[in-house]
Amino acid sequence: MATTTLHPAAATTYRSSLYEWLTTTDHKKIGILYIVNSLLFFFVGGILALVVRAELAAPGLQFLTDESIYNQAFTMHASVMLFLFVIPILAGFGNYAVPLMIGAPDMAFPRINAMSFWMLPLAGIILMSGFVLGGAAAAGWTSYPPLTEDRVLGSTGPGQDLWITGVILIGTSSILGAINFLVTIFKMRAPGMTLFRMPIMAWTVLVTSVLVLMATPVITSALIMLFIDRNLGGHFFDPSTGGNAVLYQNVFWFYSHPAVYVMVLPAMGIISEVLPVFSRKPLFGYKAFVFATAGIGALGFSVWAHHMFTTGAVFLPFFSLMTFLIAVPTGVKMFNWIFTLVRGQLTFSTPLLFALGFLSMFLIGGINGAFSASVPVDYAIHDTYWVVAHLHYVLFGGSAFGVFAGLYYWFPKMTGRMLDETLGKIQFVLMFIGFNLTFFPMHALGLQGMPRRIADYASGAGWNDLNMAATIGGFIIGISMLPFLWNVLVSLRSGAVAGDDPWEGNTLEWATTSPPPPYNFDRLPDIRSERPVFDQRHGHGAGGHK
Amino acid sequence: MTADSHALVVSEEHSPVAGLAHDARGGISNPILGMLLFITSEVMFFAGLFGAYFSARAQHTPWPPEEFAHTLNPLSLILVATVILVLSSVTCQMAVNAIRRDDRAGFLRNMSVTVILGVVFLLMQAYDYLLLADEGLTLAAGSFGTTYYTLTGFHGAHVFGGVLMLGVILYRGMAGQFSSRHHDAVEAASLYWHFVDVVWIVLFSVLYLL
Repeated sequence: MATTTLHPAAATTYRSSLYEWLTTTDHKKIGILYIVNSLLFFFVGGILALVVRAELAAPGLQFLTDESIYNQAFTMHASVMLFLFVIPILAGFGNYAVPLMIGAPDMAFPRINAMSFWMLPLAGIILMSGFVLGGAAAAGWTSYPPLTEDRVLGSTGPGQDLWITGVILIGTSSILGAINFLVTIFKMRAPGMTLFRMPIMAWTVLVTSVLVLMATPVITSALIMLFIDRNLGGHFFDPSTGGNAVLYQNVFWFYSHPAVYVMVLPAMGIISEVLPVFSRKPLFGYKAFVFATAGIGALGFSVWAHHMFTTGAVFLPFFSLMTFLIAVPTGVKMFNWIFTLVRGQLTFSTPLLFALGFLSMFLIGGINGAFSASVPVDYAIHDTYWVVAHLHYVLFGGSAFGVFAGLYYWFPKMTGRMLDETLGKIQFVLMFIGFNLTFFPMHALGLQGMPRRIADYASGAGWNDLNMAATIGGFIIGISMLPFLWNVLVSLRSGAVAGDDPWEGNTLEWATTSPPPPYNFDRLPDIRSERPVFDQRHGHGAGGHK
Repeated sequence: MTADSHALVVSEEHSPVAGLAHDARGGISNPILGMLLFITSEVMFFAGLFGAYFSARAQHTPWPPEEFAHTLNPLSLILVATVILVLSSVTCQMAVNAIRRDDRAGFLRNMSVTVILGVVFLLMQAYDYLLLADEGLTLAAGSFGTTYYTLTGFHGAHVFGGVLMLGVILYRGMAGQFSSRHHDAVEAASLYWHFVDVVWIVLFSVLYLL
């Protein structure tokens, strides 16, 4: 029975039929499906962002005739970017890379893995269908009641209920994915792949999965209660009928704060793979990095109420202290990354550029976030553009730059072809400039008191120039996607052939073909450190580090 | 999940990657670990609902409100339903123990009883809902009604899910798919059923006794 021979002639694997893609249970194909689906929604969310920026380019209403359209645009921009881009694309990288990195043939539950993926496009369609059914959700991605319980102000159509349904579906997909990742990581590692020899990417996916497992069901309960209030005459949240509006905020943020680590930890994992490879050094302080990741995960459950300082209904000193504390493990990671680069032999390929973009932008996002952890400062800047600046520096400057680092890094492994370096560098420069031009002025706007989520502002408030700069920056980000798309299209057809290990990588995915065969490996190198492929290349019997 | 355990065994014993040994042998099996993690997420889901319940309860005095002061009486139909659900957990475990001994007849007998008890619990809960509605306790009857029906309703939905799950196990058992060496799916489904039972004991204590 076990005499079947392997066919690592993998180049044919990805020329399979549409049917094969629709029914696949291969973690690599599912990972690619996650990534493609997420990028499609990234462009949808990006267009919505440009609608928002175009409207805010100057005071008064520019081209929208109705503020409710603006409300739908910023609500759906955030919802699409968070739930249909950042979270799933990182899950997609995890899906693609983690089984390869730990030397497993597939995920633990391949068919559940396929189901987790296919819930996402369905949920995306449900979420977006509000636009054509009389109005999408319009109460912000946080969907606070009583605004969401007021059908006229919140959303004129069924959009809010569609939003609730879609987000619950996405949450279910995430939970099933998290269970799959945890069982895969705990049970499917290759011989020799101890937990402390796992690539950092696998560690960040592990901690992320714990966060998803513990936090996501809580937002499911919050949204179900919101749905009951809206449709079945419940009294959970509406204060006028005996409900408690702050209760929603507590339950919502109990999920949504850990969720911000779900949205950034795997991106940290990506750049922790990229930085060592392109500086030709092991990651500085591997164990410290692992413990810092676990620390962020644990502390992440005790800071949710820092989103609610101004409600006056939370214990301020505790949540402020815990929020400051979370800067410590994050600072440890900064130290790890910087000292990985120090005295390394840097190769400034596109993945490293995006990783450096992550480092610098996430640093700004961390610092301006620490300001908001201080209660008096938060009272002043709550719900202003300062918060918009902060969250985009960590989510776009951090996660999205990490995503592009990962795309350029693993594209050769996924397709067997290299992406073009020149186009990649053009994209990086445009994106970096556009990003800072968009979001840096928002710090000043926030300090000057410009509120978020409002379609208009007074022409005499002195906000005109900075808003115009932000809008120009936003469109530069949009333009920066054109070289990327062109790059993908051209490189898929005629990019340089990658070979198994174009970057001289450290981790096991570089020990197999590009793209890998369906079961990933026909043999594995000895695993005696967290850099088995490096050890094999340089003939180290028992790896350099540890 | 159940079929995956099957697939895993096949891939270990017959597939071309059999040479790629990994650490799946020994320790907890994949389906059971998966179910335990799933139950963890379910615990957090109910924690959210219980959080809402205790928040509402702390906010309103008296609790229960005067018009429902004697509506939720523990010495009523609901006590019978509680006993039935606890019994079903016992029979479920007897079914698991039977298949561990390769006693397929005992397994099928006890699993059938478990499924029937689950269905009876659901019918009794539905009837109880009708009685409560007659007394004016509805989902829209203030925070008390909303939290009562949401908590018990979602528990009922989980019992329904459990009955379906055990029904599939029973069907597969009748087809002879389980043995002492191959019954991870039975173990996993029984864990879920015990979890549903424990949630009910907590719910009953909090809603009726506390």
